[in-house]
Amino acid sequence: MLSEIRTLWEVFKHTFTKSETVQYPEEMPYLAPRYRGRIVLTRDPDGEERCVACNLCAAVCPVDCIALQKDTRDDGTWYPEFFRINFSRCIMCGMCEEACPTYAIQLTPDFEMCEYDRQNMVYEKEHLLINGVGKYPDYNFYRVSGLQTSSKDKGEAVNESRPIDTKSLMP
Amino acid sequence: MPKIIVDGQTLEVSQGENVLQACLNAGLDLPYFCWHPAMGSIGSCRQCALVQYQNEHDTHGRLIMGCMTAVTDGARFSMDTSNAVEFRKAVIESLMLNHPHDCPVCAEGGECHLQDMTVMVKHRDRRYTGKKNTHRNQYLGPLIHHEMNRCITCYRCERFYQNYAGGTDLGAQASRDRLYFGRQTDGVLESEFSGNLVEVCPTGVFTDKPFLADYSRKWDLQSAPSICGGCGVGCNIAPGERYGRLKRVHNRYNHEVNGYFICDRGRFGNAYVNSQKRLNYPGLQMPDGRFKAIDHQAALSRAAHWMKNKRVVGIGSPRASIESNYVLQTWLGAKQFCAGFSEREGALTCGIVEILQATRAINPSIKQMESADAVLVLGEDLTNSAPRVALALRQAVRNKSIAMAEQIGIPEWQDAAVRNLAQDALSPLIIVSSAATRLDDIASHVHTLAPNDIANFGDVLIEHLRGNISEDVDIINIADCLMTAKSPLIISGVSLLERGILDSAAGLAETLYDHNPHTMLSLCAPEANSIGAAMLSHTDNLSLAQITERASDIDVLVVLENDLTRRLDPTSMQQLIASGTTIIALDILENETLNHATLALPAASFAESQGTLINMEGRAQRFFPAFKPAHERQPSWQWLLHLAALDGHGELSKIIHFDEIVHACAQQHSPLARLTEVAPDHSFRRHGQKIPRQTPRYSGRTAMSADLSVHEPQQPKDLETPLAFSMEGVNQNQPAALKSFVWSPGWNSNQAIQKFQAETQKPSVGVSSGIRLLISSGKGIPHTSTDRTAFAQSNGWQLIPIQCLHGSEELSAYTDEIAELAGDPFVALTESCALELQVAAGDGVILSSNNVNLSLAVKIVARMAKNCIGFSAGYTQTLSLSAGSHVQLQRDPNWRPFKPLVIASDRRPNAQLRHNRHG
Amino acid sequence: MVEWTPVLLALGILLGGVAGAAILTWWERRLLGFWQDRHGPNRIGPWGIGLVVADMIKLLLKDDWVPPFADRAVFIFAPTAIVVSMMMGFAVVPFAPDMQIVDLNIGLLFFLGMTSLAVYSVLLGGLASNNKYALLGGLRSASQMVSYEVFMGLSLMGVVMMSGSFSLVDIVAAQSDVWFCFSQVLGLLVFVVAGIAESHRLPFDLPEAEHELTAGFHTEYGGMKFAMFMLGEYLGLMLISCMIVTLFFGGWMGPDLLNEWLPPIIWFAIKIFFVINFFILLRAAIPRPRYDQLMSLGWKIMLPITLFNLVVTGGVLLWIEETV
Repeated sequence: MLSEIRTLWEVFKHTFTKSETVQYPEEMPYLAPRYRGRIVLTRDPDGEERCVACNLCAAVCPVDCIALQKDTRDDGTWYPEFFRINFSRCIMCGMCEEACPTYAIQLTPDFEMCEYDRQNMVYEKEHLLINGVGKYPDYNFYRVSGLQTSSKDKGEAVNESRPIDTKSLMP
Repeated sequence: MPKIIVDGQTLEVSQGENVLQACLNAGLDLPYFCWHPAMGSIGSCRQCALVQYQNEHDTHGRLIMGCMTAVTDGARFSMDTSNAVEFRKAVIESLMLNHPHDCPVCAEGGECHLQDMTVMVKHRDRRYTGKKNTHRNQYLGPLIHHEMNRCITCYRCERFYQNYAGGTDLGAQASRDRLYFGRQTDGVLESEFSGNLVEVCPTGVFTDKPFLADYSRKWDLQSAPSICGGCGVGCNIAPGERYGRLKRVHNRYNHEVNGYFICDRGRFGNAYVNSQKRLNYPGLQMPDGRFKAIDHQAALSRAAHWMKNKRVVGIGSPRASIESNYVLQTWLGAKQFCAGFSEREGALTCGIVEILQATRAINPSIKQMESADAVLVLGEDLTNSAPRVALALRQAVRNKSIAMAEQIGIPEWQDAAVRNLAQDALSPLIIVSSAATRLDDIASHVHTLAPNDIANFGDVLIEHLRGNISEDVDIINIADCLMTAKSPLIISGVSLLERGILDSAAGLAETLYDHNPHTMLSLCAPEANSIGAAMLSHTDNLSLAQITERASDIDVLVVLENDLTRRLDPTSMQQLIASGTTIIALDILENETLNHATLALPAASFAESQGTLINMEGRAQRFFPAFKPAHERQPSWQWLLHLAALDGHGELSKIIHFDEIVHACAQQHSPLARLTEVAPDHSFRRHGQKIPRQTPRYSGRTAMSADLSVHEPQQPKDLETPLAFSMEGVNQNQPAALKSFVWSPGWNSNQAIQKFQAETQKPSVGVSSGIRLLISSGKGIPHTSTDRTAFAQSNGWQLIPIQCLHGSEELSAYTDEIAELAGDPFVALTESCALELQVAAGDGVILSSNNVNLSLAVKIVARMAKNCIGFSAGYTQTLSLSAGSHVQLQRDPNWRPFKPLVIASDRRPNAQLRHNRHG
Repeated sequence: MVEWTPVLLALGILLGGVAGAAILTWWERRLLGFWQDRHGPNRIGPWGIGLVVADMIKLLLKDDWVPPFADRAVFIFAPTAIVVSMMMGFAVVPFAPDMQIVDLNIGLLFFLGMTSLAVYSVLLGGLASNNKYALLGGLRSASQMVSYEVFMGLSLMGVVMMSGSFSLVDIVAAQSDVWFCFSQVLGLLVFVVAGIAESHRLPFDLPEAEHELTAGFHTEYGGMKFAMFMLGEYLGLMLISCMIVTLFFGGWMGPDLLNEWLPPIIWFAIKIFFVINFFILLRAAIPRPRYDQLMSLGWKIMLPITLFNLVVTGGVLLWIEETV
């Protein structure tokens, strides 16, 4: 009985507290930089697409709303031929961002993605790709990967030695 | 059975196996790299370390390598002791020192044994701060991609390529941490089995190049159990699909047939499924010769209109399934049906069936062939006509070394020891052929004879064995080899289109059987279902010749998956077309027959339909669709059922489902009675569910087709098979015939296969894949001493068909990479013959006779029967050449090489093909 | 003039009741919002009051649908019963001196009778829906009402004893010195609990119990018929509030010293306002008990308290009588 009365009193005290609600359209809430909103694909510091189409984001996506197809550039580097996110299924969980080995896929603090037609919630690569590096300004996957690219010969990646000459007789 | 104790757990193990095998068989996760179930142990990677204890009081123990230690009764081991755990972790850490940061851009990622093992030993952080070694890659041809940085120097590639498959152009170079696996110089890998490097390599050094170009992760592939249609061997494969395209083909373990390996035709030759030459819609030929696409209703009603009260004749196909052939034959009746063989091919294939049904000798599976200790090959270049058999023979010749090792107590899996002991000692392999073969390097005796003489040679050998002692030293030697062998094997086939060879092979086996009941006889059939079509055929059947001769009496001709230009000579073909018969042709790809058809119906390929194929040993195996056929494509049996129903066929119009065809066929054809047991029918359920085609981590279901419509379509229903187009269901412990992909928790690579086997290298769990339908009555074949005419010297050169792994088979030749490797059609000459004609390799030679005038490139071969020349069999340009006929040769002064069909490197970007997928 | 007053009053109650119920829906949500640190409805009109109109438009425009599997006649009848019976209950409420439709000498019993009739609405609605949730809701409602009816009546007997009349006018008059809320604390407590249970509002809304029974007895109802149930509920809330004020808080009388400051009807309204707010606070604060807890509370705690109160009141009255 006393606990009920105390409850009533505690609730009643809230008559005089400030409301937590943010009057959204008139008043914008503060969203942290790591807020999980609309997904973007970023570019590396050299302006190339960061995504290497490794498919990890698609694999980890709990609602399976990411589909992509790998293609190869002339120099052998990988990139997505298409990259599609069905935002009408996306739950903004951020697991794709966690899985991404190249920091390509990132979530942004933008959540205002209402559409009258659900079809418009399907984003293709041209809708996702931004002209920026996002949260990780310095990272370029191909500088650390062992793959040879047009801008980097074998052995020129970070922490790599020159290619071995197998015909050498040096000890 | 000996027992060993691992971490207090008592394991029952098989005598003679090693501790690694024993642990894996018991379901323990012991990491390994260099050991391979088919290739044994060399103990080079040090990954499968355990601690062995002397007795129960021993607490210290000593580190041993699981793969190098034989099990002994009562031996005590520990996997979990910190000593062993730390050691294994340290080994991985050092293997990873030079491994590049490549996983996201590596085609092995997601099915990488190295990834699995790294996770298994819980190695995570790189402590070494020094630089990583790097290597330059090599160009290894259109099939295999090389990325040497990733190598962990387990030596598996070299051991497979050289020791197992007999290749010579890939091996280890340099030493210590500079070790390099590759060729001397860039170039196309020569081995016919190079594709297996993709599966053998535990990481991404060798990857599937065509797959890499249109890549999807393993977890994203929708797979189904399937059978390769490339030749008569019937290897088990697992095609993987995504976005409606066949992405790759992987080996599917079948203990009796292909085991762990398939050939390059089987692995890479199936991309014709994605070809732009595929038919999408039924095509109606317009008066101007062009085809108009119509829908299937219109096509069927038109066909029904033509067939009404008319004489309809059907032509079956040795590459179509039993079920499709059965429906066509049942619909039109045996008297209006032709099995689809050419005259010679039909006689030979039926000959194989007759021999195998009567012979007392064992008709061996490929696994059994590996146990033969003397082999006689009559008239076949097995590496090109039945490649997987050739690979088995490469293992069979090692039986001598294994026997030597056994004598001094070395187990078979001690691979390096066995090879060191034996050096070059090989079991006898006798090759009698008309031209050089790819097995010549391991042959003990090689004889080069014209086709007719090969048969004669066999007969002489028979006579010798029967007591009419020959004076020929070779004959005596060969006879000795065969007589002293514990299980001799005679292999022959139809490549040379010479019935006499089959008969003498059969006679030889029969004669040997009198001495040795372990004698084996194996006969190679040309196409995937040749034996099936022959078993289904009836004496009332028409022959192709009868059809072409009386073509004008036939109103409608239904051709099932058969390009008649490959079986009829050009004049007969012309006769058929000119007769004005309405041709309804079903096929997978555009071909000459289809171009002359009045109505072309698009058939589903092996990857989109199901059916049963009977391989050369008479083993019936079922293939299942990996994905639903797109557009208006339908499996042939479905087209034929529709046509039969419209034609008012009583029995067939009641049939709707595939399983009903199987039951009807099994009932009506007593040799095929066990067809129903080949694989479980559509009602099969495991834990109340169908077997999934998709992996548990299949991704993108709600986005794959969202560009077309955001409203996700329901997954396609599969009413015909026990498999589901879904990830739901249990992919564990199902019958081997329904194993759509191999995956087990923690084992993402194809090494997961051991989780599906009772023991490594033993049959998969559940029903063995395939049912032997060709059972010999054991009556034996009465010996008739035939007097064959010896090779008669006539004016001109006798034509010998040369089978080519790449190019000779009809469908795989439509695959770009295969077409590139096949190269130009050629005429094969020996060095001396070329000198005589004053030509060198690559020059042109004109072949001329009464009805042929053809210019071909010259290819020099090491040996060729006297007065014979070879020609590339099965190439479209050489279809007009007839085996055994005679031609005149002359240097072509105006020689210009054939333009290559396609260059694989030009093939990308074929984005257009992919964008067309929904069109 | 004398004949017309009750008629006008009745019309006033009818309109006022409906309007009051409508405004209560908004006020309740608004208050709940405040107590939960939200704003509550604040978008339509000033302070969101336009929501009342929006709700009405919505309810009126909804499809008037009767499920094909329901018992049509009873299904339609059920929601009207609760509104009618609750409206009837207002007939005996003395809003102010001479401001009463009818002063029955058994006014209190009439009120109890009318609230008891409301159970039929819920029970019939539940049964007629032919839906298992609705049926369960109806059954719960029946047993809950029957149980709480017992001591609801008994709890008022103390008041009756002290005032010596069933007439509500007399009862109000009897409180001119001391409100019964002081002398009948236990009676008040039990009556409040029983009153909530009778009007099946939270925390005693087990017939509705959306967690277990989707929406309980009115699962199948929509549009105006649903609105009638809601109207009945809010009318019940107001009626119980009126009765609490009348029986325990001196009805239209203000506190002694302030009595003259405001007219009686305003005093009555102010008291009602507080009681209603208290009910809403209960809803905001107290979670719904389990069904068996509800029944054991009724029979094992409330009933003994009531009987104790009855005995003590009677004893005290007799003692006073004897001493005086």
